[in-house]
Amino acid sequence: MTSHVNAILPKRLGVILSLLAAGLLSPLGYSATASTAVTTTVTTIDASSARQWQQTLEQAAGETVYWHAWGGDVRTNDFITWVGEQTEALYDVKVKHVKLSSTAEAVTQVIAEKAAGENTTGAVDMIWINGPNFLAMKQQELLHGPFVNQLPNSKYLDLSSNSAASVDFTEAVEGLEVPWRLARFVFIVDSKRVQKAPLSMAKMLTWAQENPGRLTHPVISNFMGSTFLKQALIELTPDPSVLQQPVTKQSFATATAPLWRWYDAIKPHLWRAGKSFPENEAIQQQMLSDGEIDIAMAFDPAAAAAGIASGLLPTSARVFVPSQGTLGNISFVAIPYNASHTAGAKVVANFLLQPETQAHMQNIDVLGSFSVLDLDKINAQQAQVFAALPSSKALPTLVDLGPTLLEPHASWTTQLKQHWSQRYSQ
Amino acid sequence: MSFSSWPKWFMLTALAVGILVPVLVGLGETIWAAFGILPALGRHTFSLNAWQQLFELPGLATSLRLTLVSGFVATTMALTLALFGSAWVYNTSGKESFLTKLKPFVQAILVPILAAPHAAIAIGLAFLLAPSGWLARLFSPWLTAWELPPNLATVQDLWGLSLAVGLIIKELPFLWLVSLVALKQIDVSRQLSLAQSMGYSHTNAWCKIIVPQLYPLIRLPVFVVLVYSLSTVDMAQMLGPNNPPTLALATMRWYNDTNVYLLLPASAASVLLGILIAASVLLWEAAVRAAMFTGRVMIRSGDRTSNYSFFTGVLTTTLLITVMLGLLSLLVLALWSITWRWSFPDALPASWSYGYWLQLMTHVPSALQHSLIVALMSSGLALTLAVAWLEVQDRLGGQLYKLTLWFIYLPLLVPQIAFLYGLKVGFLRLGLNGSMMTVIWAHLLFVFPYTMLSLVDSWRALDKRYVQVATSLGRSSWSCFWRIKVSLLLRPLLLAWAIGIAVSISQYLPTLMIGAGRVESLTIEAVSLASGADRRLVGVYGLLQALVPLMAYSFALLLPRLVALRK
Repeated sequence: MTSHVNAILPKRLGVILSLLAAGLLSPLGYSATASTAVTTTVTTIDASSARQWQQTLEQAAGETVYWHAWGGDVRTNDFITWVGEQTEALYDVKVKHVKLSSTAEAVTQVIAEKAAGENTTGAVDMIWINGPNFLAMKQQELLHGPFVNQLPNSKYLDLSSNSAASVDFTEAVEGLEVPWRLARFVFIVDSKRVQKAPLSMAKMLTWAQENPGRLTHPVISNFMGSTFLKQALIELTPDPSVLQQPVTKQSFATATAPLWRWYDAIKPHLWRAGKSFPENEAIQQQMLSDGEIDIAMAFDPAAAAAGIASGLLPTSARVFVPSQGTLGNISFVAIPYNASHTAGAKVVANFLLQPETQAHMQNIDVLGSFSVLDLDKINAQQAQVFAALPSSKALPTLVDLGPTLLEPHASWTTQLKQHWSQRYSQ
Repeated sequence: MSFSSWPKWFMLTALAVGILVPVLVGLGETIWAAFGILPALGRHTFSLNAWQQLFELPGLATSLRLTLVSGFVATTMALTLALFGSAWVYNTSGKESFLTKLKPFVQAILVPILAAPHAAIAIGLAFLLAPSGWLARLFSPWLTAWELPPNLATVQDLWGLSLAVGLIIKELPFLWLVSLVALKQIDVSRQLSLAQSMGYSHTNAWCKIIVPQLYPLIRLPVFVVLVYSLSTVDMAQMLGPNNPPTLALATMRWYNDTNVYLLLPASAASVLLGILIAASVLLWEAAVRAAMFTGRVMIRSGDRTSNYSFFTGVLTTTLLITVMLGLLSLLVLALWSITWRWSFPDALPASWSYGYWLQLMTHVPSALQHSLIVALMSSGLALTLAVAWLEVQDRLGGQLYKLTLWFIYLPLLVPQIAFLYGLKVGFLRLGLNGSMMTVIWAHLLFVFPYTMLSLVDSWRALDKRYVQVATSLGRSSWSCFWRIKVSLLLRPLLLAWAIGIAVSISQYLPTLMIGAGRVESLTIEAVSLASGADRRLVGVYGLLQALVPLMAYSFALLLPRLVALRK
């Protein structure tokens, strides 16, 4: 996973990052170069952290963790239910899934509690979060932590400071959230109708010209719609490394000029001539299933296989990715600063990182989401469980997916959305 | 303040504390935020930036146009069809034609459409009309030669007309039933036969004699429809265009944006939407007065010769099509709820499954129980409050009537998401977080105005002389209240209660935000799953959500008949 991230980072940037990593001891105590230096003290740290974790477990027993998580996917909901059953049996910690239609609802809840001076007994114990929502909560100091290094299972993660699990949309995680599943931007096609999928955003234009009305993207205010734009931007822009810095007027103009030329050309060939768009990616997938369009999008490599398994997509649905790679990020869980059941939330977060849990999650019959663990850090027996997972024709392997492209700095997304609607909303 | 006026002061205090204060607190937070003040995000100074951001929103003019066109078209059509539909029900002069036989059937369909959640009807209708929808599938490819659906904007058209159609389908049954209930207070058949004996046709007499008496009785329910149509989010999401969308949907998107600072322009947009809705209500009222003025001129002309058969024909057709579309939308959802896969252009699903129904059995019981408790409590409280308020007004004269009315309706004039945030902060400051009681209170804020709206006109239209006579015969005012008012107004009272149940069941944001996720509900389950993706799930949940209101409406419509039979 890390190697994929490194693969697309310009060499120079990679060097700068590792220099930074060496210089700054990350708050987690894990750092690629510093790790040898701390080996001698590891045993004492282990003893005290084991004691601390024992305390957390005792405190957590009997608690009910209110996990606020998007509830739009039945398989994810079922997985969360399963997690709750397991933690109840193992640690006497119940999980109540508060089903959101948008993560912003949980953020607003915490903001409202802060406004009302409710600083200790908040209603949200844990949030499924990433990207801009995380940035907002971090900036507003609404998060508990750092706590990731308190979790025994964090030893399975690659938390070196330039690893994918320690950066969320270019924002340093700093131990404030725990990764639990991988997200990768992929395209879905019905292989019966599309034999030759366009393997770059430039080819996407030719494909759209040859197949007018058969391509669309979710509205840009939706994260999937803006991801589509970002994917195109990364492929078309002259220097993608600029996107890792906060946006400026000048850098935006230079970096996005080719994107707008490309979009102007493709727009008239989109579904409904680019005047109307599906509201979200779920509706877009339904349109693929209905035969209204030929290409859909998802932020989950298992989307096609999962869609087939649940009858939402035809059995001929397949995933493809542009050959240069696609945007990827990680789903995290975070604990608000005022959570009522912090200990319970940590126990649940730790359970999510259990190799067996991650393997269960990666099972295509369950979720099919790729594990966030560093597979070099698990033992042979655990690795065997991963190797034995069932496969599916519609499920790509990590190799099929190619390199992971880093999310641009969050400020780019805001600007992209704004400029897109200035240009194309009337 | 004299001793005898204590009930009035008691009621005023109850309304102020229970309804007005929370609403004003909520609105206050929103208005502050619209002017740049949102301490939780570290904004403490007055600024007009939010408004500037709002007015720079690309396509704002189109959003406003879409909102107004779909809102006014929907309300006008739903009202026209409801008035015409009521005339049709009362037209007994016709021969035993096919249409007459349809009457009980059509009336029976209205109740499930009324009970079904807006989103479910919208998704059903979208599937019906889409280029890949059921109608297209029925005729493809054998007639249309479409192997793939055509690229036509039959839903989400750029003028918001399919949105208007969805709204008409959903609002027609509401206005129709409210009209039929209100008509019980007018001596329709005698007046009609008198007019017909004087040479007026049925339609002519209906328009000139009955409608002028009926409209004042349903004026407020018509406002409800207008307000709902202008502010709907779930229907706009499925049926409306989305680049740009209606103002309500644009506001919602801002509130849900990952950039939390958009809460500020979102608040400004909420205030704008509130102003737009209030202005629309006034405009509607002005238009109705103008129409009444023209109407009086026409009535005075005494014209009996005009032939309305063309209009009658057009309206009958439109009415039947509207009701049929509603029925088909529900039917197609029911079909989806037992489907596994159903691809274009198959006329029927290729494979079936009861999976989701079975799965529900494990999830639903506790959500259903919570929903029921909240619905019964809030609708019961709302009805009690409404009746108490109206009775106090009756006994002590209604000086404060108009003023309080506007405040009561405030929660309906502003998008929920806008003032719920402030309300939540208010509740939290009082230490009320996530309890069932708080959720019931929050529901009450929305259930109460709807209950009032559906009740107030009928209540005030009750002939005061009944009470005067009873009082002169020595009856106490309590006896008058129970024996006369409640028994004569049984229908509108029960209907108002049933509407309250339906409103409570459908609340999503108040349950989620005020309940802080602690109070489950059917609608939370449904909305979080129904991003429009899985029609099978929407089918299951839509039918389930319709079930409780359906029972309440059936009870409200059947009980008066049973009571009448017993007498």
